[in-house]
Amino acid sequence: MVLGNYKTAVSARAADADILKCSQDGGIVTQLFTYALEEGIIDGAIVAAPGDEPWKPEPIVATTKAELLAARGTKYTISPNMMLIKEATRSYGLDKVGIVGTPCQMQALRKAQLYPMAMRKVPDKIALAIGIFCMENFPYMGLETIVEDHCQTKMESAVKMDIGKGKFSVYTERGALSQIPLAATHKYEQPGCHVCLDYVANLADVSTGSVGSPDGWSTVFVRTKKGEDVWSKAIAAGYFETKDIASVKPGLDLVTKLATGKIDKNKKTLEARATLGVNKGLRNPYI
Amino acid sequence: MVNKITVGHVHMSGCTGCLVSLADNYEGLFKILDDYADLVYCLTLADVRHIPEMDVALVEGSVCLQDECSVREIKETREKAKVVVALGGCAAYGNVTRFCRGGQWNQPQHESFVPIGDLIDVDVYLPSCPPGAEAIRNVCVMAYLLLQGTDEQKALAAAYLTPLMNLAKRGTEACGCDLMYDIINQGLCMGCGTCAASCPVRAITMEYGRPNIDREMCIKCGACYAQCPRSEFSFDVINQFEGIMEAIDGAMGKGGE
Repeated sequence: MVLGNYKTAVSARAADADILKCSQDGGIVTQLFTYALEEGIIDGAIVAAPGDEPWKPEPIVATTKAELLAARGTKYTISPNMMLIKEATRSYGLDKVGIVGTPCQMQALRKAQLYPMAMRKVPDKIALAIGIFCMENFPYMGLETIVEDHCQTKMESAVKMDIGKGKFSVYTERGALSQIPLAATHKYEQPGCHVCLDYVANLADVSTGSVGSPDGWSTVFVRTKKGEDVWSKAIAAGYFETKDIASVKPGLDLVTKLATGKIDKNKKTLEARATLGVNKGLRNPYI
Repeated sequence: MVNKITVGHVHMSGCTGCLVSLADNYEGLFKILDDYADLVYCLTLADVRHIPEMDVALVEGSVCLQDECSVREIKETREKAKVVVALGGCAAYGNVTRFCRGGQWNQPQHESFVPIGDLIDVDVYLPSCPPGAEAIRNVCVMAYLLLQGTDEQKALAAAYLTPLMNLAKRGTEACGCDLMYDIINQGLCMGCGTCAASCPVRAITMEYGRPNIDREMCIKCGACYAQCPRSEFSFDVINQFEGIMEAIDGAMGKGGE
């Protein structure tokens, strides 16, 4: 269960050159939502769009390809995408909602569907939930500290941020690259991430992330019937290039290793929380 | 369907919004009444004067302590129902009735309203104002499976209802502050935004990835806390989300196309 239930796993990238130009890796989320929007599989998608401050995302309900393109790329700070889940069906009146989110947001989404106490009209309107691999997230000020103090780069001059190969990287508009060891960023992580037991968004319809695939490509897990339906149609329509996951390096072994690492580490955090005080502890949300 | 369960809607001090939410299942309500449950008591929909024996009592509203009839009826409900469900914020947490101060026409002495859990043991909480129609439907289907299903269905229904039973054990107070006490203060919030989405009065906004609660607007319905994935998360149930949703759709006569 380290990688969750899935029907297929592939390495893929978007066929659309415009999408790939500014995408984080293989442009899977933008391409799949674009396809779903064009085909009427979704009426709109909740995505993390640029906000008022540089690299501070703001969730929006995107209903056009232009809005999806503007929201491309990973922002390594919190975007409360679930905030709009009811708004999308009510104020925006969408019948078929797409949403992208981290593993914890997929957990929130599925809890909202199964226990829709305050989620009237939500459960049956989730048409496509795309999950993204996530080790942890940073509060905005934490990200600002990493980028400005550690990487010596102004937030507004960064054009891309990336985590991979043990490093946090910031690319600037003038072509400079600033890198620091990922270990230096750990203390800025948000504490709520340290009890999360999911790396690969087990509860999404389709989940994706760079780990396991070559540069410019993404690893994709197709998990549910809904996910399989949309994914297979998108493949048939030529929206993605794919490679057999078994043929690419480093492949699923690395995904499994990272996922296991996250789960083991965070299980230890949960255990430590239980006895933090003297005969007292902190809450475990899973029991 | 042979072994239908019996369900009653007991109306305490509430606005009938929870009953409307039950009715908002539209044809789903007919399916429930046709196949799974007989409505044996309901002030608006069934002509029955006295609270009968029943399997499940859905109680809407809080109890007015100055109203003898209310106090007697809530006790009677507990004695006659196998399962008591606090349907909605008023029954579970007091909701807006927490702010009553009496002195109003035409019963000026009516001033103290308590959630039903202050007077009786409650089995299941279904918070929010009102609880979603789909949530009431799910609880009805699960209650049916729990009482009439196969062993496997009974186990699933028990697992499904556990978080809602744990809410009932947790206490009779909840509001936006609980996000502070039990989630943020405990280092559990990861800023997903579910609380902001769930608030029926839009008292919650997200500021730098954390909920900001306008306490003047909060009505103490308990929705945000109950809906938070970090207040309770059951891997046993939620990991099977696809199968469970298909099963509920199947039970309601949907899907399978």
